[in-house]
Amino acid sequence: MTEIPEHLRKRAEEARQKAAAESAPVESAPVESADAASDAPLSAAASKIPAHLLERSKAAKSKADGGAVEAAPAAAAAGGVATAVAAAPVAPVATGPGGHTQRLLTVVKSGSIQDVKAVPQDKVHTWPHLLVVEFVCCLFVLAFILIFSVFVNAPLLELANFNQTPNPSKAPWYFLGLQELLTMFHPMVAGVTIPGMGMFLLILAPYIDRNPSMKPEDRKFAISLQTVHLMYWATLVMIGSFFRGPGFNFIMPWNDGLFFEF
Amino acid sequence: MAKNKLPVSQQLQKKTTDLIDSTQGSQAWSSIFRPGSIFRKGYSDSPRNRSYVIMNSVLYHLHPVKVKRHAVKVSYTLCLGGISFFTFILLTVTGIFLMFFYRPTAAQAWDDIFQLQSAVTFGLLVRNMHRWAAHLMVLSVFLHMARVFYHGAYKAPREFNWVIGVMLLQFTLLLSFTGYLLPWDQLALWAVTVGTNMMGYTPVFGEQVRFVLLGGVEIGTDTLLRWYVLHVLFLPFVTVIFMAIHFWRVRKDGGISGPL
Repeated sequence: MTEIPEHLRKRAEEARQKAAAESAPVESAPVESADAASDAPLSAAASKIPAHLLERSKAAKSKADGGAVEAAPAAAAAGGVATAVAAAPVAPVATGPGGHTQRLLTVVKSGSIQDVKAVPQDKVHTWPHLLVVEFVCCLFVLAFILIFSVFVNAPLLELANFNQTPNPSKAPWYFLGLQELLTMFHPMVAGVTIPGMGMFLLILAPYIDRNPSMKPEDRKFAISLQTVHLMYWATLVMIGSFFRGPGFNFIMPWNDGLFFEF
Repeated sequence: MAKNKLPVSQQLQKKTTDLIDSTQGSQAWSSIFRPGSIFRKGYSDSPRNRSYVIMNSVLYHLHPVKVKRHAVKVSYTLCLGGISFFTFILLTVTGIFLMFFYRPTAAQAWDDIFQLQSAVTFGLLVRNMHRWAAHLMVLSVFLHMARVFYHGAYKAPREFNWVIGVMLLQFTLLLSFTGYLLPWDQLALWAVTVGTNMMGYTPVFGEQVRFVLLGGVEIGTDTLLRWYVLHVLFLPFVTVIFMAIHFWRVRKDGGISGPL
């Protein structure tokens, strides 16, 4: 997204207004013939060139034509040096009405090489606005983890023993939803098909959801579906974590205690 | 008496500013901090210098010079992507520390962790941080995904970045799961047994999947080595690559989405 500084936009706007004000009278004069339709783009283009410049260039052109015709026989008669000397006192060929020696090469209309239509976006500098937020956020997370780690120890149970299956044996908490599904479905369905389909649909979400709007009020169905989906997993994980005891049977944590390790 | 006109505090202040000036004016200092750095001598706050802070530093690989005003609102992003990234960095740092004290064999793994906790300075604290940061990362990545969905940020032109994001969510789960086995205690062994039994039910080549994952038909010392390498090298490596693409695409797709 091109961002055009405010002052440049203002300047361009002023220049355009000035040009419009100047060209208005000139434009009204030539457009009198009925077949102006075909000339319209031409006159519109010409109208952008100030009138005095047009006049000057016209004068210069006619002078150049005349000059060339005059110079040709002179050169034939007396040779190059004589002509140069003779021409010297006369004003240079390209001199304008006011004796100017510069010429207008071309007029580049605004809009042809710069896109003035781009809408400036409301932006702020990354430093300090974003970096400070990120830095503070990192500090908070670090402080939280550090303090939490000082007071809560990571679990380390006794050495792994293949002959002693703990009751219940639970997967890590984020897989407990799947383990919960195991109580209801065949392992292939619970462990592979359902999570596989879930991930697959999640990946395809942007290609399934063709609705271009990002406004919540336009996406009621998508939002409802995703909320149900997320709540479904959250509920299963909660049940698997806190409401399953020995033998993976249903328990109430406030009666039978917690069977959960992080 | 005439020499010591200034009070001691002012003398000290002058000494300090002189020291700072000579340090910041030294060649070494200005070779480290590029023009525009806030640590360089004579930094003043101006729009031009604010641009230079980003443009002339390594941060330019991560952030543009300017961002949309609404993109810096914490109420929009909740910092979840940033928290995920930061926990990843924290996990890398604490994980490297843990690697100094850990040998991935069935005979030594548990003892090493026990020794780490009881005999190594800050060993217990760093292991705790690694564990809790890991759980926090799973949570924040998950919440980040939910946030992005609810903002409709996965829509064009950001479809593919969403796909990469879902892959990153899966890598995060795998990173956490492979790390779960490493302490080699009862919790690790049986959690992984439950998990890998499930993967064994993959249709058609379930047995092979399980064999490759375990490095054998049963969980054992080979599994431990395999998961260790996955945990400390392979998965972080892949994750970093995907994260690089993820962050790069955020910018290429026009910054973060919104406002709604």
